[in-house]
Amino acid sequence: MTIVLALVIGALFGFVLDRIGATNPTVLIKMLNLKALGLMKAILLAIGVGSILMFGGQMAGLVDVGHMSVKAAYLGVFIGGLLLGTGWALSGFCPGTGVCAAATGRKDALFFILGGLLGAAAYMLTYPAWKSSGLLSGLAGGKVTLGTVPGSKFEGLTAISGDLLGLGLGVLFVVIAFVVPDTLRSDADAVAQPAE
Amino acid sequence: MTLNWKLGGLALGAVFFLAVLLVKPIGVSTQFVILDGIIGDAVSTELVTKTDDGYTSTNAYLAKSSGKYAKSVANPLNYSFVFVVAMMLGAFASMKARGGNGSDENRLPAIHYANFGDTPVKRYAIAFVGGFIVLYGARLAGGCTSGHMMSGMMQTALSGYIFAVGAFAAAIPVAMMMYRKG
Repeated sequence: MTIVLALVIGALFGFVLDRIGATNPTVLIKMLNLKALGLMKAILLAIGVGSILMFGGQMAGLVDVGHMSVKAAYLGVFIGGLLLGTGWALSGFCPGTGVCAAATGRKDALFFILGGLLGAAAYMLTYPAWKSSGLLSGLAGGKVTLGTVPGSKFEGLTAISGDLLGLGLGVLFVVIAFVVPDTLRSDADAVAQPAE
Repeated sequence: MTLNWKLGGLALGAVFFLAVLLVKPIGVSTQFVILDGIIGDAVSTELVTKTDDGYTSTNAYLAKSSGKYAKSVANPLNYSFVFVVAMMLGAFASMKARGGNGSDENRLPAIHYANFGDTPVKRYAIAFVGGFIVLYGARLAGGCTSGHMMSGMMQTALSGYIFAVGAFAAAIPVAMMMYRKG
């Protein structure tokens, strides 16, 4: 049964990633160089919608709180984020979109995956050094949510009701998605074009 | 064709919600480790071994958390690995339905052409190096754009916010410096 769900949800996710342009490195890079923020708006809206449905569903008792899975916070999360961001901007791919881009026939995505397999292998070999450095030790409680979610196995960073905070932040993400402009930088090339 | 951001964002949010509702939050980057493990175990069968109460590995990373990753390497037909294979099927179906990327685009994306001209080998080298850094960073962080940024922030996880700040703090300046045209 879980394999059927993996096939259905995975295929939906891959389909939608392609439909929002996330398998196209040009779209990702133009989001990151702030020239075309449509994808950013879609991502912000998605986080907001996901949050509202999940926390709303949990409050109504329709969604199993036990399905939440919160990752640990540690200094390496920030360092790893910086690294991922760098490679993301260079290549225009992240792990999920790179895999999907390869499936749509993009040759450069195959090189991304090959590099990714070697990068993951390099981490597997250097993991003991990171572990002993202390940079993987939990910060601020490790696996925590910003508020305290009733019935959740994860602790809250604050005592604020995690459900209400989740709903509120969800609404905030939706609002930000609408407020973010389509572009933050005028395209110099387009501006320089003489009027016909 | 490409959905507008409102429809696209709604659809993407619905998929992330569906995953939490039915199974667990979406994540992708771990599966690069699992595929590495599968390849490694095929080359050297001692990499992953069965124990009395599960699996372990000679590699400390695969062996961590009571051999959680080692178990997935030994059983590739698990939810998370099949999920990523299914993502490829979904993206492929969408590409077919919209008529493909075109052979020029498949050879070299427009943004690279606009900045560096017709240099596919350079693009493949950038993609390779980018992939290496992305996955090394994702494993150090314990997740990627899907697991930390989308699933994490959606659940109000502190780690998701820390990750997103780091990722954008690096990605925006790098993209602005490297891709000035197009």
